[in-house]
Amino acid sequence: MLRIDSLTTDHGQVRAVDHVSFDVEVGSCTAVIGANGAGKSSLLRTLSGLVKSSSGSAHWGDIDLLKLPTSEIVRHGVAHVPEGRSVIAELSVEENLTLGALWRGKDPDVAVTKSEVLDLFPRLGERLKQGADSLSGGERQMLAIGRALMARPKLLLLDEPSLGLAPIVIEQIFHTIDTMRKATGLTVVLVEQNAVSALGIANHAIVLSLGKIVVSGSASDIASDESLRHAYLGY
Amino acid sequence: MQQFIDTLILGVSFGAIYALMALALILVWRSTRVVNFAQAGQAVLSTYIGLEIHRLTSSYWIALIVAVIAGGIVGGLVDLLMVRPLSRHSGTGPEAAVAPVIGTLGLLAIVQGVVGIFWGGEFRKYPAAFSTDAISIGGSRIPFSPFDIFIVAIVLAVMVAFGFIFQRTGLGLAMRAAAFGSEVAQLAGVRTGRVRTVGWSFAGSAGALAGVLITPNVFLAPNSLDLLLVFGFTAAVIGGLESMVGGALGGLALGLGLAIVLQYLGSSFTFMAAFVVLIVVLLVRPQGLLGKKGARRA
Repeated sequence: MLRIDSLTTDHGQVRAVDHVSFDVEVGSCTAVIGANGAGKSSLLRTLSGLVKSSSGSAHWGDIDLLKLPTSEIVRHGVAHVPEGRSVIAELSVEENLTLGALWRGKDPDVAVTKSEVLDLFPRLGERLKQGADSLSGGERQMLAIGRALMARPKLLLLDEPSLGLAPIVIEQIFHTIDTMRKATGLTVVLVEQNAVSALGIANHAIVLSLGKIVVSGSASDIASDESLRHAYLGY
Repeated sequence: MQQFIDTLILGVSFGAIYALMALALILVWRSTRVVNFAQAGQAVLSTYIGLEIHRLTSSYWIALIVAVIAGGIVGGLVDLLMVRPLSRHSGTGPEAAVAPVIGTLGLLAIVQGVVGIFWGGEFRKYPAAFSTDAISIGGSRIPFSPFDIFIVAIVLAVMVAFGFIFQRTGLGLAMRAAAFGSEVAQLAGVRTGRVRTVGWSFAGSAGALAGVLITPNVFLAPNSLDLLLVFGFTAAVIGGLESMVGGALGGLALGLGLAIVLQYLGSSFTFMAAFVVLIVVLLVRPQGLLGKKGARRA
């Protein structure tokens, strides 16, 4: 289980994450939604050690996430796909995937993982030797997720996978994430501005505003609460 | 015509050494975004160590190997003990980009001072592996010696070896990932700090080799490799600073160009000519010969 307790992160004078507490059950998907600047990305970046927390705690099972350097979290089963289709443009598609499992060394399961990832995203299989910079936006997002899955994570932190993508591509990617989670028992924390899509595949949701949790509950309750939608989700 | 061809031949082995120095600077630039001025000092220190080993063992080859290993150790230590702490303490502001560079400039002076204290300031000769006399083929002399052939061969071998490491091994993939996308690399589990130190270490070895190869044709003194640093940097800029192939071609082009300047204008113009090339490249094609437009972010 992922347990976040009173987690607080400051960017200089700005409090980006303000005493956030929530739990995520193993195998479930929690959507973190809210407007731009609500602190969603900062929350994930704190969990993966890219930014330092000011106070509070975050544990994945018995692992204290806040004590680990970024390069080590993946060795404890936590993979983070940061915002903005983060692939390495100077590397080929295949190299980006290989990179995701580099720390696993000569583990024979790496080849199995790779074929699973390519089954999930067949488009990547057709473009293995191409430079990652030649991919479309949707393909880049698939590659970023694929890179993270190459680590065979138990907990996947996804930051705005829908950002800048066409609705049909968003639907595809969310469908893939949902199918994969149900098939493998992966735990997912999904940060999104696109609340409709995120709530569609999440079990639980929290709404962040100015770094604070303003609402939390089951995804379906939040999706059907009209006043909430107007106040925080803008639709 | 014959003289012109001779001039070009003369430039090849120098060009190969500039390419090696360019490689050292590119390795550090790509991984750390630092122009390592101390590279001249690291190379000169390694060459003096080689000279000392040669005095003790009378073996060119043992001296060469020890110098290259020493260069690697010194390069790694410079990153660990100076550049890393400097980057850490200077945070993320504009001074973060400047502090390590100024640090390397200071280190250059310190290393040259220390080398001067240990070995004195007088010019030393460094031995060559093979004869440095021009080869004769069918009665006509070619301004290319067996030692020049050795230089070109060993530089090619080093380039191929680096190319293999970078393109075909996990370490190379980690190094490229850390250089081009540090955040993603860390999230993928790459220990970017260690990988970066390995890059500094490789660079130190390449610089040491360049020092050992060039000194038989010039001389050795505490600041005798400053010129090599300038030429290596110019070669790296011609190649676009990011690309090792670009740096190799840049080194060769500069070697040939400076040989022509040396032949037709005289040795007092080569230093100036290198700077003219540097400035013209930066003005006309700042991304280098092989660099993509907009690739240079500093």
